[in-house]
Amino acid sequence: MIFRIILGVWLTVVICLGLLLPIVPRPEFWYQFPIIPGLEEKARILFFHVPTAWLSVIAFISSMIYGIKYLRKRKLDDDIKSASAAGLGFMFCILATVTGAIWAKFSWGTYWNWDPRQTSIFVLLLIYGAYFALRSAVDIEEKRATLAAVYSIIAAVTMPFFMFIMPRILASLHPEPILNVQGKVQMNTTMLLVFLSSVAGFTGLYLWMWNLQVRIQQIELHSTRLQ
Amino acid sequence: MDIHLVARNLKKAFNRRVIFQDVSFTAGVQQILLIAGRNGSGKSTLVKILADVLSPTEGTVDLEPRARAMFGARSNMVGFVAPYMMLYDEFTARENLQMALTIRAMRPDKSYINELLSRVGMANRMDDQVRTFSSGMKQRVKYAFALVHHPPILLLDEPMSNLDEEGIGMVRDIMDEHRQMGILVVATNDLTDIHHHDIRVDLNAAH
Amino acid sequence: MQPTEAIGSRWLRSTTSIFLKDWHSELRTRYAISALVMFVVTTISVMLFAIGSEGAPPEVLAAMLWVVIFFGAMSGLSRTFVSEEERGTTMTLQLLAPPSAVLFGKLLFNLVLIIALNAFTVLLYSLFITGFVIKTLSIFSLTILLGSIGLAASSTIIAGIIAKANTKGTLYPVLSFPILLPLLLTVINATRLAAEGAFFEEAFGEFQILVSYIVVVVTVSYLVFDYIWKD
Repeated sequence: MIFRIILGVWLTVVICLGLLLPIVPRPEFWYQFPIIPGLEEKARILFFHVPTAWLSVIAFISSMIYGIKYLRKRKLDDDIKSASAAGLGFMFCILATVTGAIWAKFSWGTYWNWDPRQTSIFVLLLIYGAYFALRSAVDIEEKRATLAAVYSIIAAVTMPFFMFIMPRILASLHPEPILNVQGKVQMNTTMLLVFLSSVAGFTGLYLWMWNLQVRIQQIELHSTRLQ
Repeated sequence: MDIHLVARNLKKAFNRRVIFQDVSFTAGVQQILLIAGRNGSGKSTLVKILADVLSPTEGTVDLEPRARAMFGARSNMVGFVAPYMMLYDEFTARENLQMALTIRAMRPDKSYINELLSRVGMANRMDDQVRTFSSGMKQRVKYAFALVHHPPILLLDEPMSNLDEEGIGMVRDIMDEHRQMGILVVATNDLTDIHHHDIRVDLNAAH
Repeated sequence: MQPTEAIGSRWLRSTTSIFLKDWHSELRTRYAISALVMFVVTTISVMLFAIGSEGAPPEVLAAMLWVVIFFGAMSGLSRTFVSEEERGTTMTLQLLAPPSAVLFGKLLFNLVLIIALNAFTVLLYSLFITGFVIKTLSIFSLTILLGSIGLAASSTIIAGIIAKANTKGTLYPVLSFPILLPLLLTVINATRLAAEGAFFEEAFGEFQILVSYIVVVVTVSYLVFDYIWKD
């Protein structure tokens, strides 16, 4: 109960600070953000885009870990946790892709240009989509849990390859510099603080929602078992 | 070979329904195990668990004494006949039996295959594709398929299905013969299928 | 009764027997190969109509070659597992062989199938698509070989998964594409290098990635297959 209230207040404060603190050329007071050349007001999207992207990856890894737990112990509770994490991860992934596209439009003029980050988040989106397509295609609970867990493992081991592939492809196909300043540590202190608070806040939001969903489904699972 | 098929506290559940639980038994050589129960009581499920093609939710099935690490372990020790066990349609009866040996990494014994197929009354159809067979003929070939690797344990689910009187006689002979040196497990609704049994597992009570 | 040979050699015989079963079955029924050949012919014809005599830049042609190959794989490589499920012989196979033998036997079958199909695809592609010229043959041949192996590896394990689901047909490419994307990007890049006449050494990075991809996928397949195969 308390956690919910604290979380609500925290996120509200963070969002307000993120959206309202003035951006000035030469910050004199602690509550001012510097201008990042090329971004200006649009830099505010940093506070929303990066946490959602970060969470979509964390959620996927979490889903895979609970999937592995299911394979070992065969307790449906682990599958519930796995599926809930994936559901939230999917949502955050969609948000990350959309906010990323908006950012791309402001920064480079087009919503999509297949740079490594955009491609990676898109592939993650495809994996989430495939994961849920698979889940909806299996009727028996135990089989569904097993196949979903196995697929998430396979997806997780092939994803790292992108890290090695992207540089090679870009070096040949896209000569212009694409990677821009995206949450680098040279952030002004105030910005950094608000940014980290945003990450913490959104992570808290994710954990709260995940916990809630897991508890609901566990009640449903264990009550039907009682018959 | 003095072995026992031992089941301990077997439980199977899926989709939030318990099919059966607390099923335990020990069956030894020269014994007949009867698995009885209404339709839907889980006879076929239990048989599949014994054949090691399905995992129990809880409990274990073991062959004791534990044989030295054998290739294929329990599946090579078991011969399985059931209405839902399918042969390879596009292959001949003979080829199916050959594959039953080669895929098990055993030497295909041509003469024994011929003998076995004759025994089940398929001598003149050995080289025809299984897809051309009637269900009774397929059932006969399934018996040959189940026996070709000399398994000590014979698992029969609805042993007489699809068979005429002659076929039923053939199955009784096979069961009597197998009983001399192996373990016979029969799952059936129809208690006239076997004349006598040593151990009985009644799945109606195991919910 | 059991011959006391090394388990390894028995496993090998099991695996080869499963491969041969699928092989002979395919020879006898010819379900897969005829459909696949027609698929490749049709797809390349469509491309010919689309591109016409003007051709297209080498990167595009390289990518399109692998598009045809990818969808060819999606048309044919799930059959090995799906046919067992459809005919009810999955349980039969479970009675006969250990899961790993089934995986590698069918992997081998898919490998032979896709290499044959890709050779055919490359042949047609080279003959009919204008502008598709390979300057460094060594890069190209190794790319086709490694690409086929990687394709077979991923496609086989995913086929094992979807065989146990409903709606197998549409699910197969949906599950396979994200898994195969690293492979596709790499081979398309390598093919482009081959078309541009790069030196063999320049494609080393690509080959390293392909080999590691194959190793990773095959290893993970082996580790998870038991869970998929046995209920």
